[in-house]
Amino acid sequence: MNEHRRPVSPRTNESAIPNTDDESTSRALPGVTVNGQRQLLGDVASHTTALNWLRDLGLTGAKEGCAEGECGACAVMVASPDGAGGTAWTSVNSCLVPIAALDGQEVVTAEGLGSPDDLHPVQSKMAGNGSSQCGYCTAGFACSMATEFYRRGRSEPEPESPCDEHGPNGFDLHALSGNLCRCTGYRPIRDAAYALGDPDPADALAQRRDRPAPAPVATDLRAPDGRFVRPGSLDEALGLMAENPGATVIAGCTDWGVEVNLRGRREELVIAIDQLAELRTLRTVTGTSTPTETTTGNTFIEIGAGLTLSEVERDLDGQIPLLTEMFPEFASRLIRNRATFGGNLGTGSPIGDTPPALLALGAQVVLVSLDGDREVPLDEYFTGYRTTVRKPTELIGSIRIPLPLAPITAFHKISKRRFDDISSVALAFALQVDDGIVTRATIGLGGVAATPLRAYATEDALLGTRWDEQTVAHASAVLGAEGTPMEDHRASAAYRRIMLSQALPKLFAQAAEGRVDAGEEVSL
Amino acid sequence: MSTLSKRPVNPVVGASEPHESAVGHVTGRALYTDDISTVRRDALVAWPVQSTQAHALITALRTDRALAVPGVVRVLTADDVPGHNDAGIWGDEPLFPTEVMYYGHAICWVLGESTEAARLGAAAVEVEYETLPSVITVSEAIAAGSFQGTPRVSRRGDIDAALSQAAHVFSGEIETSGQEHFYLETHASLAYYDEGDQLYVQCSTQNPSEAQAVVAHVLGLPRNAITVQSLRMGGGFGGKETQPHGLAAVAALGATLTGRPVRLRLNRTQDITITGKRPGFQMTWTAGFNDDGLLVGLKASMTADGGWCLDLMQAVLSRALCHFDNAYWIPAVEVHGRIVKTHKTSQTAFRGFGGPQGVLLIEDVFGKAAPALGIDPAELRRRNFYAPGQATPYGQVVKDAERMPKIWSKLLESCAFERRQNEIAAFNDSHAHVKRGLAITPIKFGISFNASFFNQAGALVLVYQDGSVLINHGGTEMGQGLHTKMIQVAATALGVPRSAVRLAPTRTDKVPNTSATAASTGADLNGAAVKNACDQIRERMAVVASGLLGVNPADVRFSDGAVTGLGAAEQLSFAEVATAAYLQRVQLSAAGYYRTEGLHWDQESWTGSPFSYFAFGAAATEVEVDGFTGAYRTRRVDIVHDVGDSLSPMIDVGQIEGGYVQGAGWLTLEDLRWDTSNGPTRGRLLTQSASTYKIPSFSEMPEEFNVTLFDEAHEEGSIYGSKAVGEPPLMLALSVREALRQAVGGFGPAGHPVTLASPATPEAVFWAVDEARAATQAATTQSAMTPGTTTQGTSTAAAVTTDSEQPPSLTPERSSILANP
Ligand SMILES: Cc1cc2nc3c(=O)[nH]c(=O)nc-3n(C[C@H](O)[C@H](O)[C@H](O)COP(=O)(O)OP(=O)(O)OC[C@H]3O[C@@H](n4cnc5c(N)ncnc54)[C@H](O)[C@@H]3O)c2cc1C
Ligand code: FES
Ligand code: FES
Repeated sequence: MNEHRRPVSPRTNESAIPNTDDESTSRALPGVTVNGQRQLLGDVASHTTALNWLRDLGLTGAKEGCAEGECGACAVMVASPDGAGGTAWTSVNSCLVPIAALDGQEVVTAEGLGSPDDLHPVQSKMAGNGSSQCGYCTAGFACSMATEFYRRGRSEPEPESPCDEHGPNGFDLHALSGNLCRCTGYRPIRDAAYALGDPDPADALAQRRDRPAPAPVATDLRAPDGRFVRPGSLDEALGLMAENPGATVIAGCTDWGVEVNLRGRREELVIAIDQLAELRTLRTVTGTSTPTETTTGNTFIEIGAGLTLSEVERDLDGQIPLLTEMFPEFASRLIRNRATFGGNLGTGSPIGDTPPALLALGAQVVLVSLDGDREVPLDEYFTGYRTTVRKPTELIGSIRIPLPLAPITAFHKISKRRFDDISSVALAFALQVDDGIVTRATIGLGGVAATPLRAYATEDALLGTRWDEQTVAHASAVLGAEGTPMEDHRASAAYRRIMLSQALPKLFAQAAEGRVDAGEEVSL
Repeated sequence: MSTLSKRPVNPVVGASEPHESAVGHVTGRALYTDDISTVRRDALVAWPVQSTQAHALITALRTDRALAVPGVVRVLTADDVPGHNDAGIWGDEPLFPTEVMYYGHAICWVLGESTEAARLGAAAVEVEYETLPSVITVSEAIAAGSFQGTPRVSRRGDIDAALSQAAHVFSGEIETSGQEHFYLETHASLAYYDEGDQLYVQCSTQNPSEAQAVVAHVLGLPRNAITVQSLRMGGGFGGKETQPHGLAAVAALGATLTGRPVRLRLNRTQDITITGKRPGFQMTWTAGFNDDGLLVGLKASMTADGGWCLDLMQAVLSRALCHFDNAYWIPAVEVHGRIVKTHKTSQTAFRGFGGPQGVLLIEDVFGKAAPALGIDPAELRRRNFYAPGQATPYGQVVKDAERMPKIWSKLLESCAFERRQNEIAAFNDSHAHVKRGLAITPIKFGISFNASFFNQAGALVLVYQDGSVLINHGGTEMGQGLHTKMIQVAATALGVPRSAVRLAPTRTDKVPNTSATAASTGADLNGAAVKNACDQIRERMAVVASGLLGVNPADVRFSDGAVTGLGAAEQLSFAEVATAAYLQRVQLSAAGYYRTEGLHWDQESWTGSPFSYFAFGAAATEVEVDGFTGAYRTRRVDIVHDVGDSLSPMIDVGQIEGGYVQGAGWLTLEDLRWDTSNGPTRGRLLTQSASTYKIPSFSEMPEEFNVTLFDEAHEEGSIYGSKAVGEPPLMLALSVREALRQAVGGFGPAGHPVTLASPATPEAVFWAVDEARAATQAATTQSAMTPGTTTQGTSTAAAVTTDSEQPPSLTPERSSILANP
């Protein structure tokens, strides 16, 4: 897994590089700023992970515990756009990201946070209260914790949030949901997090937030193991894809990185699209501003495929309650900081968590290519096990969610572990009840067939009927027969099936207790 | 008070000290084996070729294609071994096998200039197999008569008479899963010949002496040619007691044959698929109670899944057979233990070492019997505690037995048990779809290696002229805080501040012939050895100081870096005395040694006093179960635990909390699934990575977690009055399993005995809820038909829902109550 020694290779850098600061001369050579010092990528292989590259620099604080984004021992901090012109420190799994994808970016590791003589506040809290035993997980925890420490507005009272895992200092425990510790049982780590104050105004990393994040940098790295390209524009990306049908598109690499590390996947050409401005917009489109002919209707929210889940979560700010409920259930904060909507649909996986939610929301996928854009309803997008209607020359550009939203929504994820686990079954509901009658029902299912599914039969059983126990019982029986659940190490087929039929009664009970995201009062 | 347990004034032990490497941990500066390897740029990387069959003869092994891969330097095979081709302690673990014994078994190792080269080289090695029949599950092994090791029986009294006279007899079956250690640092070794041409191996091991021994016999070298260092481990938990040594030998062999440093680090999947685990146990039991709810007899059998080789299984079984009594007096006992041989990874040490399986058995008995007896489970457990003077089934009097009821009542009070029980009952009455449960369970755990000869340790203490102190001992640091405690012990014994003591990494050239850091004995044994060395030096220095101070040597006091004499006005610093000692040619270094006295064990009769004392504790856990899905949360955990007079309270609390959560992982979440089909990947571990084998994360952390160290806990005869703490708290997690059982019971009719699979995953809990609900339904129908019938104590077997294709993985128990004629 570690590519430590590699022959010297020619590397070129052909693309036009936007000059955003005074480093234009050194920018010509790919490099990453690590703990304040620019380090050239040199003859790095294009599949070398950020983790292995950092460790080869002698920064061995970040560790490999799993190489698949599960343990967080490799967590480091990356300076990312905060959506308001400044910088947000975000934690990422360095085991999944090729270092080439961080060309031009700024990274801080545990070594850079503080030193033994000058501990960072996060480090001194952790060192003093028993937060480390064997210490193998600790540097990763420190980085995840530090990014939350620096989250702007953290200590201001939180708006209503779907979970109660917050400290008195506003610290969101989900910031640590992607870090595993086998020794401590977590209590001291939580206490350390909840005891953090606000950053000192003179703190350099706090001040760094006031300046813009490093701009994306076009990269073209050619190494014996393959070529890594970050195109400067969408057209350039689409052009490359058209010229190189075998090329692989990557975004956050949370899926692809696992393939590289665990299954030895190697590419001749990867095209990184996550920084393309064209794929990074989030907007509400109303009425005539619709750019293309659309079946979505005139009014919708459009989510750029290159935005990370964390960015969408932050920028939507609760506007789509169903997604608000889904976000904390999706992987971990570390993964959500890199994983994109485009990537989640791009895998075509039947157990992804956004498809059930987006199906329930009646979303459309916008596919873009040199030939132009087309819009596909999400329920027509998946064609089979990990296959979709997307052509090799097409990118997922965005996802459109029609407005108005249904008032009653819920996301049920069934998994072994509550934080950071893959769904055995996922269900998303969007319902509307007027005068006691179900007038809207869209239900998305994951994990019960070769593709994500719309539960059409169940929707039919609900529509136009009275929202009461009989209807729920009847519709549950229908829902229990949707899909073709299978047995695997996560769950038995019987459990998957019975979880389908338990979901509506659960939703009904929650609605009765007022515990669902209802935009308006539901009369039952 | 013994001199070993007595603390001087102003002791450094007893202070809440952070881990000695905490600053290194948080800043990423603390180095682990593979961090050291990264600076060896000339190192070759070793990569295994793993078997794709559960059981087969290797008919051909072709390496030419591998050698043609650019960057591949050599392929290590059995032909390369100059000494013995064996990685274990019993001679049944060939390092380079000709017969593969499990799916994933390492066959040979490729050395490459880079990880990429070694990986590609390994993929290019061609292996041909002749498939042999394989045995994967315990049931298959029993049916095939596939056993290993020696079966053992623990017997006391006349069990058949006891059961036939018992007022109530229950029986049950339970199959508990194994557990993967999932130390965050996977196995790692680095081997090279150093500047003195000695073979040096840095190895992430709990037992450097055994690593040295295995490397020596594989290479055919005397042990003095090899130095093994264990700087620190990123977790061990028993998984690095025997398992690292074959890997260290591969690296050492590679270094010997190529003259280059060799670096070997398993990635997570290799680690999970190659190395040993906690064994699963299949257990059946029949238990008799009298009308007062007192246990009168237990007849049981334990069949341990031993994996492909014996490894430590015989000792694991011993501990299980010494812990099925947990904290309870059982007058008549007959418990059989045996080990099956299966085509799986070896099954090895894991925190608790058989103890957890034994304790699970008896707690399952109480959990099932309580509702049927109509006695509150907490009360039922308390009634059965050992009374002072009573002996375990193997004949050891339970020292300090009175501590258990004291801890119990202290915990009941501190966690407001009764009040919360009432609140929970009210909550459950008003909530149809969620139920809560609160349960309290005890632990009594024997401390010492069952095999007496392991109970010895050595240390090396050096005092320099400037008064600084360097200590070395045979124990290894895996996160448990042993080194921190040893520094505190040395500072206490020498009367210097903690800052005056530095600890050097554990190495076989400093302290020879050490035992594994295991069985929770690390601090007991090594602490006594460190103290012994410090005492020798201090006594010599006292003589020097007595001359300088003009007092009798017995009246010299060492405290906080100052040396004083009773009645002497002058005060010297420790450094001054050290310098004076040097000038007077007084030796300032000492080798310390310790052996635990008074242990004996007869494995034929299964009697003796194998333990120097018992650690006690109790935990109360509250959970909330969602009836729709079986998902649950741990709302609150309270623990009172006996660590003697704590050497280092923050570290002890950390061991208790961490042990509890690890135990909860084993009992509720961690799910090893093997391919038991007859398909081509039969025997393959299906949960072989972090994404499929889930260990507890923040979401499993108890929302409220209160740990109290039991006071009145001085342990006479142990280092500064302390007790071992590494393993016992793991079994406190039985309370989460029992709390789940209580909560599930809330979905059923009163007295419904709940059968719960282990691990109690959300799915397993759901099936138990489903069964409980069905029992409620059956009860309502039944009472509608025959008004007045009580459902108490009826069998649940008939009530299992039929609509589930996969019923609970437990066979419905035979829970009928046989009334005493
Ligand atoms: C530890 C861990 C936990 C996870 N947990 C969850 C979970 O709980 N729920 C869940 O749903 N998923 C989970 N995942 C899977 C993964 O995070 C998601 O699938 C993620 O959304 C992928 O996004 P990405 O940007 O990282 O994609 P990448 O890995 O970069 O790419 C994935 C695939 O999508 C394609 N692709 C990416 N962007 C586009 C685009 N714009 N147009 C066309 N194709 C594109 C790529 O070619 C590639 O084939 C988890 C992964 C890990 C490692
Ligand atoms: S190494 Fe485990 S998440 Fe990266
Ligand atoms: S301290 Fe060991 S894994 Fe966290």
